[in-house]
Amino acid sequence: MDMPTPNPAVLARKARIVERLLGVLPKDAVIHEEAETRAYECDALTAYRCPPLAAVLPRTTAEVSAVLRICHAEGVPVVPRGSGTSLAGGALPTADCVILGVARMNRVLETDYDNRFIRVQSGRTNLSVTGAVEADGFFYAPDPSSQLACAIAGNIAMNSGGAHCLKYGVTTNNLLGVTLVQMDGTVLEIGGAHLDPEGLDLLGVICGSEGQLGVVTEATLRILPKPEGARPVLIAFDSNEVAGACVSDIIKAGVLPVAIEFMDRPCIRACEAFAHAGYPDCEALLIIEVEGAPAEIDAQLALIAGIARRHNPVEIRESRSEEEAKKIWLGRKSAFGAMGQINDYMCLDGTIPVTELPHVLRRIGELSAEAGLEVANVFHAGDGNMHPLILFDANKPGDLQRCEALGAEILKLCVEVGGCLTGEHGVGIEKRDLMTVQFTDADLEAQLRVKDVFDPAWLLNPAKVFPLRVTEGRRAG
Amino acid sequence: MRGLLGREGRSTLGGVVAANASGPRRVQAGACRDSLIGMRFVTGEGVVVKNGGRVMKNVTGYDLVKLMAGSHGTLGVLSEVAFKLLPVPEAEATLALEGLSHSRAVEAMAAALGSPFDVTGAAHWPGRGTYLRLEGFSASVDYRAERLAALLAPFGAVAPVASPWAAIRDVKPFHGRAGDVWRLSVKPSDAPGLVALMAAEVLLDWGGGLIWALVEEGADLRARLPGLKGHATLVRASAETRRRLPTFQPQPAPLAALSAGLRAKFDPRGILNPGLMA
Repeated sequence: MDMPTPNPAVLARKARIVERLLGVLPKDAVIHEEAETRAYECDALTAYRCPPLAAVLPRTTAEVSAVLRICHAEGVPVVPRGSGTSLAGGALPTADCVILGVARMNRVLETDYDNRFIRVQSGRTNLSVTGAVEADGFFYAPDPSSQLACAIAGNIAMNSGGAHCLKYGVTTNNLLGVTLVQMDGTVLEIGGAHLDPEGLDLLGVICGSEGQLGVVTEATLRILPKPEGARPVLIAFDSNEVAGACVSDIIKAGVLPVAIEFMDRPCIRACEAFAHAGYPDCEALLIIEVEGAPAEIDAQLALIAGIARRHNPVEIRESRSEEEAKKIWLGRKSAFGAMGQINDYMCLDGTIPVTELPHVLRRIGELSAEAGLEVANVFHAGDGNMHPLILFDANKPGDLQRCEALGAEILKLCVEVGGCLTGEHGVGIEKRDLMTVQFTDADLEAQLRVKDVFDPAWLLNPAKVFPLRVTEGRRAG
Repeated sequence: MRGLLGREGRSTLGGVVAANASGPRRVQAGACRDSLIGMRFVTGEGVVVKNGGRVMKNVTGYDLVKLMAGSHGTLGVLSEVAFKLLPVPEAEATLALEGLSHSRAVEAMAAALGSPFDVTGAAHWPGRGTYLRLEGFSASVDYRAERLAALLAPFGAVAPVASPWAAIRDVKPFHGRAGDVWRLSVKPSDAPGLVALMAAEVLLDWGGGLIWALVEEGADLRARLPGLKGHATLVRASAETRRRLPTFQPQPAPLAALSAGLRAKFDPRGILNPGLMA
C-alpha cells in the first residue's frame, strides 16, 4: 500500500507551521513533539502507521477555520479525524500532514423535540447523541458497531450505517444540516432544521466524502421517538443458502424488522467459545429484531416464524424476557471481540443484492480454501451488507499480504454480482486501489471534479478514496 | 403537479428525481433522494457517468446520486435511476381533528410525530381538518390509531376519515384558483408565525415543515418573510412575475459559488437548463 511522498518543502517548514498554529490555538491544542504525534499515527486500520507533522485539537468552528486558513496558505495537507475508529484508514496521516482532530468539540448545542432534531458539535460520539435525548424518549438512529467511541464527524465522513439502518436508513438519511469549513477557511451553513436544503444537494455529496470536501464542525441530526419495545428472535439453519432464502422471503412479505443479522458457522463457533451465549451448533443463524407494542411484536414475530418454518429451521428461539433477548444479542455483539481473540482479522464490508447471498457465501468459502485463510461471516443480511472477517497472523511474514489479496478477491466478487466495495466503512486507503473495479475512468472523473470545486488545491485528505495514479496530477497541482 | 400547474401529460420518474419531488410520506420515509440508490446520467459534455448501484447500502466513492437528485437537469441528463422499494402497506388509517388554528394544528402534529406510533403523514388543511396517517399491518394500525387518538384527545374530537392524502399531495385546494403558488420548507414550529406574515391561503404538510401558499399574482412572498430560515420556491406564476422573481431561494454567496462551480464542471458550456437555479 503506497502513500504519496511527503512534500519536503512542508517538512522543512515544520517549525514555522507549528508556530503559526500556536498563534491561533492554545498551547495544549497543538501537538508537534515527535513522541506525542505518534498517538495519531493510525486509526483502527492499525496495519498502516505514520506520525503526522502535527496534530491540532480545536474547540470551536472559528479555531478550525483559522487552522485551515494557515494550512491552506502554507500548502499543508490536512487529514480530518473524528475518534480514529475508521477500519478503512480514513484518518491515516502522511508525514507532511496536519491531523485536525475534532474530539474536543463534543457539546450539544440545541435539542428540539417539537421539531425532532438535535444540533451537536461534530466530535460528539454517536452513542452520546442518543444519550442526550434518551431520557425524553428519543434516539439517534444510525448505530455503527463502534458507536461508543466513534464521532459524528466520522459518521458523516463515511456515511456510517449500523445494524438498525434496515429500517431507519444510514447517516445521510438522518442528517439535516452541517456547518462546514472549507479548506480556505470559509465557513458554510448547509441545511438546518428544515427538510431538503435549497439548491443543489451539497449536503448529500458532503456526507460520505471521507473528509475530502471540508471539515464538518457542527451537525443537525434527525432524532426519532423511541419505539414502545423491541424483541429479537434467533433462527438456526443447517445451510447458508436456506438462511439467505429465508431473509429474502421475510423482506418480500412486508415485515420491516429493524435488524436482520446473519452469522455463519465459523463465526458462531468463535462467538460461542468467547461469549457462551448458548447458540445452537448450526451452519447459519439469523437474529431478527422487530419493534412496536407487545401485541405488534408478537404479530410480527409470528409472521417471521411462519416464514422461517417453511425453510425447515433447526431451531427458532424466541425471547420471553429482557434477559433472554440480551442473551440472543450477546454472541452477535461480541463477534468482533471473539474474532480478535482467536487471531488478527481484516473486516470487509462489501454489499450485495440480497438474492445473491447464497452464491456469494459459497464463493467466499471456495476463495477462503484456495487462499488457506479462514473467513468468518457476520453481517447485516437485510440490506446485503456483508462483513467477511478474514483471519490471519500479523506476526507471520506474508500473511497480511495474503489476507489483503483474498480481501480484494472477495470485494471483486461483490462488485461482480451487482454490489459494491463498501456498504458503510468507506474506501479510505483500504479499498482505494479497487475503485477501478467498480467505476470507469469517466465515473471517477465526475467524482474528482466535485473535489476540484470544494478543494481546488487538493489538500484535504488527498491520498484517500481514489487510486493514487488517478489523482496524481491533481495532488501535484 | 399537473392539476396545480394546469398542465397535461404525465410525469416521468426522471422528472420526479430531477425535482427531488416528495409527497406527504416525506416526514417518515424520507425524500425522493433517500430512496434513490443508483443512476446513470450524461453530462453536458456527453460523458456517460454511473454512480451508486442497486444495493441498499453503498458508500463507495462520492454520493453523486444525491447531488443529481433535485438538480433540475442542470448537471446532467438522467438516463437510468434505481430505487429502493418497500412493500405496500396492508392497511392505512387517517385520523382527523377539526377546527384547529395553525399553531394548535402544528402542536398536534408535533405530538403525533413525536410519538412512537410511526405516523406517515401529518397535514393541516385549513377549514377542513388536521390529518394524521398510520400505515402497516391492520391489527397494528388499529392499535396505533387507538393510542394516537388518546394522545390527541387534548386537541379536540378525533375521528377516522377517508384518505385525503392524494389531494394533499396534489395541493388540490389551489387547483384552478387565481394567484401564484409558493412552496416553503421551514422548521415546523416556525410555520404558524410565518403564515401570519404571509397574507396567503395555505396548506401545511410535513407536520408544518412544508407550506403551500396561494398569494395574489406578482407578489414577492420572500419580501414578506425577512430572515426566513428555510427556503421559498415559486412554483406557479406568470412569465412576467418569473422575470422579476427567481424560482429558487437565492443562496448565500459561498454556497452559490460552489453550485456554480459544480455546474461549470459538469456542463462547461452551460447548455443544460440555462438560467434555471442560477
